[in-house]
Amino acid sequence: MDAATEQKRTETVAPEPMGMIAAPRIGVPALSPINKRRWQNFKRNARGWWAFWIFIVLFTVSLFAEFIANDKPLLVSYDHHWYYPMLGRYPETTFGGDFQTEADYRDPYLAKLIKDKGGYMIFPPIHYSYDTHNLDLPTPAPSPPTWMLTEAQCHDVAVKKGVSDCAGLEKNWLGTDDQGRDVAARLIYGFRISVLFGLVLTVISSAIGVAAGAVQGYFGGWTDLLFQRFIEIWTSVPSLYLLLIISSVLVPGFFVLLGILLLFSWVSLVGLVRAEFLRARNFEYVLAARALGVSNIVLMFRHLLPNAMVATLTYLPFILSSSVMTLTALDFLGFGLPPGSPSLGELLSQGKANVQAPWLGITGFFAVAILLSLLIFIGEAVRDAFDPRKTFA
Amino acid sequence: MNDASLLTVEDLSVAFRQSGREMIAAKHVSFDIKKGETVALVGESGSGKSVTALSILKLLPYPAASHPSGRIVFKGRNLLALSEREMRAVRGDDITMVFQEPMTSLNPLHTIERQIAEVLEIHKGLSAAAARGRIVELLAEVGIPDPQARLGAYPHQLSGGQRQRVMIALALANEPDLFIADEPTTALDVTVQAQILRLLKRLQARHNMAMLFITHDLGIVKRIAERVCVMKAGEIVERGSVAELFARPQHPYTKALIAAEPKGRPAPAQPDAPIVMKTDNLRVWFPIRRGFLRRTVGHIKAVDDVSIAIRRGETLGVVGESGSGKTTLGLALMRLISSNGPIVFLGKPIQGLRFRAMRPFRRDMQIVFQDPYGSLSPRMSVAEIVGEGLRVHQPRLSAEARAAKVIAALSDVGLDPETRNRYPHEFSGGQRQRIAVARAMVLEPSFVVLDEPTSALDMMIQAQIVDLLRELQRRHDLTYMFISHDLKVVAALASNVMVMREGKIVEQGPAAEIFARPQSDYTRALFKAAFEIDTTAEQ
Repeated sequence: MDAATEQKRTETVAPEPMGMIAAPRIGVPALSPINKRRWQNFKRNARGWWAFWIFIVLFTVSLFAEFIANDKPLLVSYDHHWYYPMLGRYPETTFGGDFQTEADYRDPYLAKLIKDKGGYMIFPPIHYSYDTHNLDLPTPAPSPPTWMLTEAQCHDVAVKKGVSDCAGLEKNWLGTDDQGRDVAARLIYGFRISVLFGLVLTVISSAIGVAAGAVQGYFGGWTDLLFQRFIEIWTSVPSLYLLLIISSVLVPGFFVLLGILLLFSWVSLVGLVRAEFLRARNFEYVLAARALGVSNIVLMFRHLLPNAMVATLTYLPFILSSSVMTLTALDFLGFGLPPGSPSLGELLSQGKANVQAPWLGITGFFAVAILLSLLIFIGEAVRDAFDPRKTFA
Repeated sequence: MNDASLLTVEDLSVAFRQSGREMIAAKHVSFDIKKGETVALVGESGSGKSVTALSILKLLPYPAASHPSGRIVFKGRNLLALSEREMRAVRGDDITMVFQEPMTSLNPLHTIERQIAEVLEIHKGLSAAAARGRIVELLAEVGIPDPQARLGAYPHQLSGGQRQRVMIALALANEPDLFIADEPTTALDVTVQAQILRLLKRLQARHNMAMLFITHDLGIVKRIAERVCVMKAGEIVERGSVAELFARPQHPYTKALIAAEPKGRPAPAQPDAPIVMKTDNLRVWFPIRRGFLRRTVGHIKAVDDVSIAIRRGETLGVVGESGSGKTTLGLALMRLISSNGPIVFLGKPIQGLRFRAMRPFRRDMQIVFQDPYGSLSPRMSVAEIVGEGLRVHQPRLSAEARAAKVIAALSDVGLDPETRNRYPHEFSGGQRQRIAVARAMVLEPSFVVLDEPTSALDMMIQAQIVDLLRELQRRHDLTYMFISHDLKVVAALASNVMVMREGKIVEQGPAAEIFARPQSDYTRALFKAAFEIDTTAEQ
C-alpha cells in the first residue's frame, strides 16, 4: 500500500502550526499538490518545456506583426509634429502632397517631402506589410532574397535608388513571392493567422464537444443512444470533399472557414468526455450532491466536468495542431482564406508553382514543420504530465 | 536467533521516497514466527503492517521503497540480501501470500485451473496434465464444491468467498512453510468470513504451516492467532500471547484498541411518535432483457415487497449480506433510483414526484454514504462541500450567514471549523466521514439514511462515529435508517432491526427482541458468525 495515502488515513492528525490555519485559502486555490506535480513533470520534459517557451515567444512576437513588418512607419516627425500612421490615417495632403488618399509612406516622393521639412520616419524592421508589392524588384518576381543577389542583378535598381550596391537596397530577407510581396512579412502574418485560427477553432470545438459529451454521458439512455448514432453518421461523411464544396459555394473568410471546419471538428472530444461522465456520474459524491437536490446543470459543471478536464486538456495541443494543419491544407488547395491573405498554405502552394524559386517552398516547409513540431512536442509533454502513472509514481 | 523460529524479522525499517521526501513506514520492527504457529499483526490502516508483510516477500515498489536497517531471516537465509531471481524461488513455494481483495487478485481472463497450474509448473515443474489431479485435490481441500466441474470456471463465475478459497488453494499449492494472510476476510460478508477463518485454521493445523495474519479486527485475532504484535505508526508497541494481551494489555494504545468496540445503548423505540418514513410493498425490480427485441424475460428483484414505517427519533437498522438489497432500499426511499410502491415522507406521498417537486423534500431527507473517500468531491473545499446544500435550499442566504452555518455544522460533528478551506485529501478517513455527516446535518434534516457509514473505517474510529451519530440524534431528534452488515454497530445504534436477504424482509422488530430471540435460521446464522468466536469446526 502506498505509504503516503496510508499516512493520511491515520485518524490522529498532528496539530497544525497556527500559521497554516490562520491563512485560509479562499477564492482561487493555489495549485493543488497533484497539479504541482503535473507542472513539475511538464517542466522535467525538456523538449516539451523548450517547445512551449519557443512557441509562446513566436506567437507573442507574431501578435505584434504590425510593429515588425509594415509599410507604414511607426512614427513620423513632420514640421515639428508627431504622427502615428499605424494608429490613424493621414491623407497625403497632411505632408504637403497632392491627394486626399492615404499617404503612401514608401513613395520616394513623400519621403522627400517629409525630409524637406526637416522630418523623418521610423519604420519597423521590415518595411513591407503582407500585401505590400515591392515595385523595385531587381529580378522578375518571384525575386530571391536580397543577400542572394549578384551585383549584376542589383545594378539597375541600385542606380534607380541612388545607392552603390546590393547592400544599400531595401532587404527582402526571404525573397518575394510571385507578386513581389515580401515573404518574411507574409510569413509573420501567416503564422499569426494560422495559430489564431487554430486556437479559436480548438476552443470553440472543444467547448461544443465537451458540452455534447457531457450531456450524453450524464443523461445516458435514449439521449446517449440517439446522439451517438448521429455522431457516427456525421463522422462518416467525407468531410474534406464537403469542405471543398461548401467553400466553393460560400465566399471564404476567416469566420466562414471557422464555421465550416467547426461542423466536423467538434466531434473529436465527445467520446472522451462522454466516457468520463458515464464513469463519474455514479460516483458517490455525485449521488450525494443529487441527494442534496443539486440541479443537473450545477452537477455537470461543478462535480463532473473537473473529472473530464484532464482528458480534455491532454488532447488540446493535438487538436490545435490538427486545426492548423486543416487550414493549411485548405489554403494549399486554394479553398481557404480569401486570395491575398497571408497564409502558410498559400506560401506552400506558391512554392509548388514556382519550383525555380526554392526560397518559397523552403520557407513554407520549415515554417509549417517547425510550428507543427513545436505543437506536437508540447502535446507530448502535456500528455506525459497528466499521465496518472507518472503523477503518482 | 531462536533455533525453532522459522522466520525472524530483526530491526526492519521500511522507507519510501516520494518527490524528494523520505517517509518511514516501518521503524525497527522485530518479531519471529515459529513453525506451525500463527502470529497476528494488528493495527489501524497506516500503521505499517501491510508494508512489513510485503517486505518479507520483497514485493514493495523498489527502488522507491528501501530498507535503511534490518534483516529478514527465513530458514537461515537473509531474504533482503537475496537476488530477485533467488527471491522468485521463495515466493509461491516456501512463502505464499493471500491478499485482501479477492475480486482483483485473480486474473479475470484465466480459468482457475490455469492459474493454479501456473504455480505448480513454475516451482514443481509439473505438466498441465499432471497438475490436474493435484488441483482437484487442492480445490476440494479448500472447500470448493464439485471441484472437477469447477476447473474451467473463470473468476467472475465464483462468489467472493469462493474466490478467496481459490486464492488460498493457490497459496497452498506448493505446501509452503509460511503463509502470509493480509486481511483475507475484510472484503467478505460476516458468514463467509467465519467460514474462511475456520478453513485457514484447519489447513494450518493439517499442514503444520506457520501463518502471519494481518488484520485490524481484534475479534479475528482472538479467533485465530497464538501470538500477536500490535503496530502503531510503524512501530510494534506491544507483543505477547493472545490470552495475555487481551487479559492484561499494557500499552495505552492496545487498551484503546481493545476498548474500541462500538458501545452504548441505542435510542429507545418510540411507538407513539409520528411516522416519518413509510412505505408499503416497495419494489425495485431491474428487468432482464434478452434477444433481438429486448423483451423482458424476468426481473432481478433487488427490493421485493418491503414495507417499513420509521417513527420520529427512532433508528431502523437494516441488516444483511452484500447483495441483499439494503442499499438499494435506502436509495429508493431517497428517490435516487426509481421504484414501485407508495413512499410517504412526513405524511406526504413523494413517489413519482419530479426532480423539481422533490427538491423541497430533499432538505429534510439526507444520506451519508459508505466510502468517505468516494463521497466527497476531491476538487471542492470542505466549506464548499458542506455549504452546497445551503446554496440549493437557501439560495438567498448571504455568504456570511452560510459560512456561519457551515462552521456550526462542522463544530457539531467535532471538526475544527478553521480547517474548512482545506480539501478532502488533507483529512483522514474518520474526519472525512465527519465532513460527510456535516454535509447532511447542515440542512437540519429530520430523516437521514446512513449507508454503512462505518464499514470503511478502522475499529477505533467506527466507535467514535457511532458515538457521534447517537449524540447528533439525541440533540436534533433525528430519525435514522442505518444500513450495515456489521451487527455490533447496529446493536449500538438501532432501536428497530430489519434483516434482509435477497431483497426480501426476513425478520423485523424491536432490536432488543431480535437480538435476544432471532426467529429465522438466517438471522441466527448471521448473529452466530458476527458475535461468536468459533474456529473449532468447519460447518
